[in-house]
This record gives sequence, structure tokens and C-alpha cells, in this order.
Amino acid sequence: MENIGALAIMLAFCLAIYSVVASLVGAWKKKPFLIASGERAVIAVFGLIVIATGILIYALVNSDFRYAYVAAHSNRDMPFYYKISSWWGGQEGSLLLWNFLLAAYGFVVVLQNKKKHRAMMPYVVATLMSTQVFFLILNVFPASPFQMLAQGKNIVEVQDGNGLNPLLQYWTMLIHPPVLYLGYVGFVVPFAFALGSLITRQPGDQWIFTTRRWALVTWFFQSTGILLGAGWSYAVLGWGGYWVWDPVENVSFLPWLTSTAYLHSVMMQEKKGMMKVWNIVLVAATFFLCIFGTFMTRSGIVASVHAFASSNIGTYFLVFLTIGIAFTIYMILGRLDYLKSESELESVVSRESSFLFNNLILLASCFATLWGTLFPVISEAVTGEKVSVDAPWFNRINIPIGLFLLFLTGVGPLLAWRRASTEGLRRNFQWPFVGMVVLMGGLFAAGIHHIYALMTFGLCLFVTMTIAQEFWKGASAIAKKEATNVLSGMIELTHRNTRRYGGYLVHMGIVVMFIGFAGAAFNKDSTVEVEQGKSFQLGRYDLKVTSVNNGQTDNYVWQNAVIEASVNGQPYATLHPERRIYSQSQQPVGAVAIHRRLNEDLYINFAALSSEAQKPIIQVYIFPLVTWIWIGFWVLTMGTLVCLIPSKVKMTYARTEVVGMAGKHEKVAK
Amino acid sequence: MNRTMKFGMVITLVVGTLAWLAIGGTTESASYFKTIPEVEKLSQADKVKKLRVGGIVEPGSITRNGNTVNFVLKEGEWKMKITYASNEPLPDTFKDGSEALIDGRMGDGVFHATKIAAKCASKYEAKPGQNYKGTASYEKKS
Repeated sequence: MENIGALAIMLAFCLAIYSVVASLVGAWKKKPFLIASGERAVIAVFGLIVIATGILIYALVNSDFRYAYVAAHSNRDMPFYYKISSWWGGQEGSLLLWNFLLAAYGFVVVLQNKKKHRAMMPYVVATLMSTQVFFLILNVFPASPFQMLAQGKNIVEVQDGNGLNPLLQYWTMLIHPPVLYLGYVGFVVPFAFALGSLITRQPGDQWIFTTRRWALVTWFFQSTGILLGAGWSYAVLGWGGYWVWDPVENVSFLPWLTSTAYLHSVMMQEKKGMMKVWNIVLVAATFFLCIFGTFMTRSGIVASVHAFASSNIGTYFLVFLTIGIAFTIYMILGRLDYLKSESELESVVSRESSFLFNNLILLASCFATLWGTLFPVISEAVTGEKVSVDAPWFNRINIPIGLFLLFLTGVGPLLAWRRASTEGLRRNFQWPFVGMVVLMGGLFAAGIHHIYALMTFGLCLFVTMTIAQEFWKGASAIAKKEATNVLSGMIELTHRNTRRYGGYLVHMGIVVMFIGFAGAAFNKDSTVEVEQGKSFQLGRYDLKVTSVNNGQTDNYVWQNAVIEASVNGQPYATLHPERRIYSQSQQPVGAVAIHRRLNEDLYINFAALSSEAQKPIIQVYIFPLVTWIWIGFWVLTMGTLVCLIPSKVKMTYARTEVVGMAGKHEKVAK
Repeated sequence: MNRTMKFGMVITLVVGTLAWLAIGGTTESASYFKTIPEVEKLSQADKVKKLRVGGIVEPGSITRNGNTVNFVLKEGEWKMKITYASNEPLPDTFKDGSEALIDGRMGDGVFHATKIAAKCASKYEAKPGQNYKGTASYEKKS
């Protein structure tokens, strides 16, 4: 079995190389059969990786501890679903997951484009498979999942495995890595098409139309992955932080920033034929940041609280990144003639410039975050002294950026193309602006003096009102015309232009999340060493530790504290924060108890028993508004789904179409 | 004033503000990576800086009382006393013998930690047969 698995990966590696060569030679010599065989190789690669993955999962589920990987990341008593999720619990397996998803995407692309994009496809396949070759190198040589435990020349089996890292034994961790990877890996497809269109000298639009959905779906996976990670961090790590600007978090955020910028600036290209070079740069940047993210999490180059391995695969990544980036830059510079802008910016206050600022600010955030993350490396290179910056530094820059973005979210979509008129500005923003000022004044009077929080709440209302206004205006016009009510008018309106109104919903999701973020300004916490039966207070809660219990499951032993919370003498909730020691890894892990409500979460961690008195040490936190972050995510999900429904009315834009441009040396390929 | 100038000004304003925030923040929130022997040799002026020290938590040295945790961090022969009194809980990976990365400042011969990150890197990416029960013997026999 294990030999078949290892062989499958090796074969996949060879076939991926073959696919690259066949596609390129086929395109060069104009041999359709070679191109077709290159595409079929993609399908075979996918098949082989499925086999390898199947064998690894089979070994995990059956606790076959002859496998080094299984012994290190699984144990007998772990629940079935965690055995499967051990697939991505360690280095070798998560690289196999990368390969699996990449091959699956390649498979889909080949099937979708059997008849389409014939000129471009060889290069798309070559790009996809070059990436595949790289990741397969990792799985074949330094990080093979099919290594056996050997004693002398004999394969041996251990009694029981080490178990999956207990911190990962939580439900969001079942889906967080695959979802985030779906987003990371997925951007290879838009990138491959962008590169394909550069190489074949296609005018800039075709690849954008083809990959619009890919980009949106993978962007959605990135967002979901990031939020699942935040949710995990909040509920598992025990300090209630969902985001601490840790290097591993940062690198997942970087491609999200550039892909968000891309989703916006792509509209400029579709509607005005502008920013063509920029869009290719953004797609390429997103792709390479995804690779960079994998590199950072897998190489341990910057110390992180998420304890990933420091391993030797970093060099491989650096080589791949260097070659890839150099080649992309070379291609872009060589094709600048084909990427000329068709119109230019006319006014500082216009839809175009709001896109420009949106991109500028997203990229600024991306650059700042990258800079901060790599600061230890940079400072060591420049001054010889390793210096790191911490969360306050990131907040200091990213909070103003976030607020400015929120402002643009409200203003941008309502500005007129080309040039906004003063009259238009007054009509669109009068009431939202009044609403914002009134709300901020009211909250200030109510005793909220935290400036960023005030601004966030104010801007949230501002954006909400602009969006509501848009829906209302459109919907009531339709309702009047078609003699229906406003609600069906709203559905009709959304259906006519799903991208626009779905986009508004996504914006709304972000607004709701910002409400949750702002709640962090009012967090409260306290740590107490308390005797059983005694009570203590935090905020409006009276908390009493009624008992401490012990118990055991197959997988771990536990000890919990039963804490009764009451408000104004009325019983409010009973919480059971727990400490566990997992039997196989002997690692202690806390399981916090959270009482989630829309206004605030009551969050209790059972830290330990004190060394001398053996009294429970309890940490209590109050996190206002956190739930709104997760609600915002569901709104964002809905918005994305709406965007994916095809619009009822085909939009046509008044712009000069560039059908093609003859190169200096070559005929236009089609 | 022409268009390019206007755009240039707005962009300069935005980028300038952010750069100013970034540079100002760096001096405030920078912490310096030092080893334990390096910390001992620091001049008085440098000792007040924010530091980040790495080492191994000496087994058996952790004591908890109220919300204060005391322990000893060691690197080879060198040892340093550390005290931690914060509402942020210690990570679950923090225990005897774990590798810890500690942010804080020196004061009165004791290092006052503000943040502790710990990892059992060896645990997560253990080479099987090395550090879990019952298997180490396999390696020794062969």
C-alpha cells in the first residue's frame, strides 16, 4: 500500500513535468495532439494524487502506525473525524492537501475549457502544472507522507500514535485548513489565465471574463478561511483574541487584501478599460503572496505563536518564488503595448478615483502588514539587531486604514463615473451624513469617548444608510413601474444586477463585522484565585465557583470548574470551563466556556489550580459585540452568493472595445 | 492646479500619514531579540528597552499564585528569573521544558514578562520514535 502511494506521487510528479513540456512544445510547434496529451496528463496527475491521498486517509483511519506520518499525527482513541483531519495536521499531509486541491483545480480547468481558449490553454496548463511540479517536489523529496518507521531494515509499528495536536481538535479546525487552502490554491487559476493571455498577446479582457467567478469564489474561500481561523483562535486559545497580528495570521491576510483590491479594480477594466497592467500585477501579487504565506507557515522563518515546524523546505520556496516573480515581471514588461489604458482619470471626486483610493489603501495595508511581519528579518539584515513589532504597531496603522476603507465603502459606489457633481453629492450623502453625526453625538453624550469606536459606529451607520438608500431608490422605482410592492421590487432589482446589489450585501457584511471589531474597545477582564463557593464580580456579573469536578474520556482526562453567573441577583447562566490533558500527547489544553449573546459574550477560562493553595484560578472576560463579526460573515456569504447568480439583464458598457492589437513581430493569436 | 497635481497631493497625503504612523509606531513598539547572556551584559540605558528573550522553561520552576506566575528560563548554563502577572492566560503549550519566547522588561534583577509565547515544536513535528512514550526504545535498540 505505502509503496503504491509513494509511487503514485512520484508518477504524478513525472506526469506533471511531462504536461508542462508537452503543452509548451505543443504550442510552440503547433501540434494539437501534444497539447491535448498535456491536458490529459493533468487529469492523470489528479487521479494519481487522489490515489495517494486515499491511501494516506485509509492509513489514518485504520491507525496504521507503521507510517511515520500517522504515528506522529493520529492515535487510536481519537474520534473518526479528527483522524481524517489529521491529513492536514502536519507538514507532509498539508503539502499533500495543497497538491490535491491544485490538481483538482487543474482537472476542473481542463474540463471546462475543452473547447474554449484554445490558444491560451497550453500556457494555462503549463502554469498550473509548473506550480504542481514544485509542490510535488516537496512531497516527493523533503516531505514524503509515505515514510515508514524503520528499525534497521525492518518496518516497525508503534503501539499508538502521538495524536493530533490537541489545539487542533476543535470543529472549526476540521474545515479551516482546507477552506483556507481552497482560497490560497484557487488563485493559481486566475493567475494562470492572466499569464496565458500575456504570453499569447491577447487583449487584456478575455482572461478577466473567464476568471471573474474563480476570483470571486476563491476570494470567498479566503475570507471564510481567515474568519474560521479567527473563530478558532477566539474559542480555543483561551485569551479571547480573534486576531493578534501574528505572522501566520498576517500572511493569510496579505493575499486577501490584494485579491480584494483586484475584485474592485477589475471593474475599472471591464467598464472603462483602465488599470490593465495593474490588474495583472494584483493577480500575480495575490498568487505569489499565497505561495509566500505557505512558505512562512511552513518554514518557521519568523517566530510565531502558532507553533509550526521550522524545517528545511524554505529554500525550495524561495527558489520557486524568485523564478516565478522574475518571469512574471519579464512577461508584463514585454507586453506593456497590449495593456494600454483606454481612458484616463478626470476628477479627484469620481467613481474612478474612489477605486484608485480603495486600491491604494488596500495595498498600503498589505505593504505595512508585510513590512511589520518581516521586520525581524529586515532589521537583522540592516542593523544586525533583530527587532520585532507587536500588535499595537499593526493596529496603529491598520485601524485608520480600516476606517478610511469603511468610509470609501459608503462613498465609492454612489459617486458618479468620471466626475461627481456637487448636487449629486448632496442628494446621495445628505441624510447618511446627518445620521452619522447624530449617532456619534448621541453616543458621545451617552459616555462613549473612545474615538476610534465612535468613528466606527458613525461610519457603519453612514454606510448602512447609503446602501439602504440605494436599495430603496431602485426598488421603489421598480415597484411603481411594475405595480408591485417594494419587497418584490427589491428582489427584482437585485436580480437585474446581481453583481452590484450582491456587492452591496458584501459591503454590508463588512460593516456588520466592523461593529464587532469596535466592540473590542470595551473589553473587560479579570483574573482571580477564588475558593469554591465564594463569588466575585466583573462588570454586571456575579460569578460563583460552585464545584470543581474531574473525569475522563477515551481521548483525554479533564477537570472543570462549574461557575454560576448571575445578574442583579437573578441566575443568568452556568458555565463549565475545562482543562484537559490528552492521553497520547500528554499536553494540557484549556477548553473555555463562552456564553454568547448579541450584546456581549461572557468568556471564562479555567487557568489552573494555584500552586500552594490548590484554589482554582479563573480568568473572566467580557467581549462586547463579538457575535456581530460572525453575523457579518453570514451576510458576506449571502452577498457573495447573490453575486454569483447570473444577472437577468446583460450589462453593456459604453466603452471602446479593443478587439485585438497586432504585435510588432507576430500575427494576433486567437 | 492640474489633475495630476491634485491626485499627487491626495496620494502623498495618504501615504505620508501612514508612513508617519508606521515610523512613529516602530520606536514605540519595537522589542529587541536578546539571549539571556546578552540581557545580563546590557547597559543600564538599554535595559529599559522592551526585550524579547527566548529559552527553555526550567522543569519544576513554575509556581502560580493569584494571577502571578513565576518561573525560571534557561539557555544552556544561563538562567533568568521571570515573573508574569497579566490577565492574558498562558498558552497551553507553556509547561516544564517547553521552548518559550518572552516579551517584557528587566527590573530589579527579575524579568517582568508582558507576553509569553511557548511552543513544543518538537511535539508538533516530532520525528516519530524520538519523543513519545514507548517508542524511544525502538531507536535505541537498533
